[in-house]
Amino acid sequence: MSDHHHKETFITKYVFSTDHKMISKQYLITGIFMGIIGVFMSMLFRLQIAWPDTSFSLIEAFLGRHQDGGVMSPDMYLALVTIHGTIMVFFVLTAGLSGTFSNLLIPLQIGARDMASGFLNMVSYWLFFLSSVIMVFSLFIEAGPASAGWTIYPPLSALPQAIPGSGLGMTLWLVSMAIFIASSLLGALNYIVTILNLRTIGMKMTRLPLTIWAFFVTAIIGVVSFPVLLSAALLLIFDRSFGTSFYLSDIFIQGEVLHYQGGSPVLFEHLFWFLGHPEVYIVILPAMGIVSEIIATNSRKPIFGYRAMIGSIIAIAFLSTVVWGHHMFVSGMNPFLGSVFTFTTLLIAIPSAVKAFNWITTLWKGNLQMNPAMLFSIGFVSTFISGGLTGLVLGDSALDINVHDTYFVVAHFHLVMGVSAIYGMFAGVYHWFPKMYGRMMNKALGYWHFWITLVAAYGVFFPMHFVGLAGLPRRYYANTAFPLFDDVADINVVITLFAILGGAAQLIFLANFFISIYKGKKAVQNPWKSNTLEWTTPVKHIHGNWPGEIPAVHRWAYDYSKPGLEEDFVSQITPLYEGEEES
Amino acid sequence: MTALFYVLLAIVIAVALWQIVSIFNLKGVIATEKDNNTQGILFAAFGIFFYGLMIFSFWKYSVVLLPESASFEGVRVDNLYYVTMVLILFVQAITQFLLFYFAFKYRGIKGRKALFYADSHKLEMIWTIVPAVVLAGLVLYGLSVWNDVMDASDAENPLIIEVYAKQFQWEARYAGTDNELGRANVRNIKGINTMGVDMTDKNSFDDVPTRELHLPKGRQIIFKFRSQDVLHSAYMPHFRAQMNCVPGMVTQFSFTPSMTTEEMRANEKTIAKVAGINKIRAEKGEDPYEFDYLLLCNKICGSSHYNMQMKIIVEEEAQFNSWLNNQKTIAEIVQ
Repeated sequence: MSDHHHKETFITKYVFSTDHKMISKQYLITGIFMGIIGVFMSMLFRLQIAWPDTSFSLIEAFLGRHQDGGVMSPDMYLALVTIHGTIMVFFVLTAGLSGTFSNLLIPLQIGARDMASGFLNMVSYWLFFLSSVIMVFSLFIEAGPASAGWTIYPPLSALPQAIPGSGLGMTLWLVSMAIFIASSLLGALNYIVTILNLRTIGMKMTRLPLTIWAFFVTAIIGVVSFPVLLSAALLLIFDRSFGTSFYLSDIFIQGEVLHYQGGSPVLFEHLFWFLGHPEVYIVILPAMGIVSEIIATNSRKPIFGYRAMIGSIIAIAFLSTVVWGHHMFVSGMNPFLGSVFTFTTLLIAIPSAVKAFNWITTLWKGNLQMNPAMLFSIGFVSTFISGGLTGLVLGDSALDINVHDTYFVVAHFHLVMGVSAIYGMFAGVYHWFPKMYGRMMNKALGYWHFWITLVAAYGVFFPMHFVGLAGLPRRYYANTAFPLFDDVADINVVITLFAILGGAAQLIFLANFFISIYKGKKAVQNPWKSNTLEWTTPVKHIHGNWPGEIPAVHRWAYDYSKPGLEEDFVSQITPLYEGEEES
Repeated sequence: MTALFYVLLAIVIAVALWQIVSIFNLKGVIATEKDNNTQGILFAAFGIFFYGLMIFSFWKYSVVLLPESASFEGVRVDNLYYVTMVLILFVQAITQFLLFYFAFKYRGIKGRKALFYADSHKLEMIWTIVPAVVLAGLVLYGLSVWNDVMDASDAENPLIIEVYAKQFQWEARYAGTDNELGRANVRNIKGINTMGVDMTDKNSFDDVPTRELHLPKGRQIIFKFRSQDVLHSAYMPHFRAQMNCVPGMVTQFSFTPSMTTEEMRANEKTIAKVAGINKIRAEKGEDPYEFDYLLLCNKICGSSHYNMQMKIIVEEEAQFNSWLNNQKTIAEIVQ
């Protein structure tokens, strides 16, 4: 780190780079690539849901032997929903979102020359890349990829006799995820160490932008919970390959009794959701941090209730580790545990409500600058509230009984963590694009992208609640076997049409993103008139971030429109003026 | 609807192309006062659209929802659901209104300075304590219903039925005259003993295996669930009942049917729903549908997960008894 001018080759600069800014771009591009796959898969299975038994040349073209005359096979349907979920949750919304922005912003916003360990950071990205390659590769194997749902509950995921995807496909899934977890742990440790140790002079924890607080707490939850998924996956590998019985007992399949005795799938469910639920917050907290920052900047107002925002991030993080059982109300676990998990789950609504009200209050009497990033942030608040509120139904054990695993759940979690987190990611890309590429993204395209996406997202997920309340289970290849559900077919068509519209709208984003990298208008140093440190670095990236000394910090990040000051923003590196009080 | 969609899609693509081509000429990258104005108005418009969408969905789609609960326990669940839904819609209506209204009202104007308003302990106390109190009420109410539904220990003379899941079929076993199920394990599966009932256990002899569930109205039923291979979930939406079937474990759920199949067929909501379904079926040239209760699988269990169902018939106790007496016991079948 001492030598900022060592000669860089193409390989060290663009491939095996240890510079956090380059690694961040690598995460983003990989995440976007995985996102394209994940979203495209959802288009394919939405076609099947809306028009079962109808032939589509698109399906014929893409699914090869897993389709028959343009109609996908039931196994491939399950494989698509499985890999869609895995890719979106882990590869796009964990690595793509947190990986991109933690890497980009942590050193830049705390005033550090790079991550604590540039090398580990590089290893982290390349492990992620490797796991992505394995996951994508698994799509092309003979029996098809893993197809036991993204939650891979055994015995279905353990027994190739139970479903074809549980052969090599599941092995590759487990290998890919094990590498992914290693990548994510290296990244998270690096983030924690960097934030704790490498803050510039004056950057007290209580002066950190909320983005950094969100990334910090996210990394801690990741370190606490990801290893548990790794252990769950390892035990599953043992059951699958070495004949142990951690999760399996008393199984008779395809005409024979298997030797397994004494294990329980419920154990797997506990281990899986001990990560699985915090994972939701690993996805949403960084988006919350990004949105808080962007709303404050574009409202030209301090974020309302800065300390309450930090407190609620910590409260959510803590509670997130004690609520996993709400995924298991009807798993057969003791009903008393159901009571406990109902209590802890509904508690999360309190810090979530505080955050939502604080964002709304931040808008109040602001001077809103409607940049695309701001639109997506407002959209985030809207979808987060819409999706979060139905958590009151699902988190309440008595009510969960009847909507568990129906489309009501699908609608709920897509709005609250899927759409919202993606909005946070889009907001972050529009906002920090100039910092990443030195150019600006096109505004008009950003507006079109936002409005079509917002209408499409609600068009997809609002009606979907009704499908769930009609009692239709998720992960059904078709509901043709149930005349009872004939009347939701129309709703499913509407949902699919909006899904295609929303998917198509992402092409606008892709075009804008990739064209702007090369043709976008050159960025100025601080285009959004923001207070945070990253906008004090030169537009053209240099290794080490600041050409001279790292500037010292004298104030918090949210002195927007402070009375008595000429401008409506003051950089964190500006010393307090005479007679000015620190906010 | 489909035509409209293709028109919309064509417009989107055309606009996208036009915008992409003109990207090279566009200098604007940061929102101007004009943008703030347009986008603020769009947020107001979207807010109206959003309320419209919500109201439209409730008006248009309510007919597909499940009819009232056919179990006494389910009625309590439904009441809790209505209370929760009213709360959700109330909060949703207010917060979304404020969000879109503020986005419209405070859209940026050149030269105006935003209010420097960083904190208010009073406000924050309000929106911490009010949700906390409301949630405390909801938790207490929810838990009382949960305990009521899940606790079957005080059942008087319950009927015990085993529900047995396997890829991709349901079976059932009634506990017989002794009302006690005989032991069972997959290792006993052989020939027509498809549920692996242990024939050395004397409680097994009078057990009655069936492929259809008949339930007596008004009598509490305790279901015992087993699975032969992978996880399944026994979902009986009309009774607000669901429990996973776990290999190696016996799980339990209990409810008391409150409406016979005939009564449910005569229910107003059911009639409306069935009429809707039959209208659609007639258009497709399919046979009309008659309402029946169903048990369906609600945990991904393999290729034919989407086909796994069993009919449930609720009848008066006398009818039920005569049906049950006409079934062969497992001792009669196996020997």
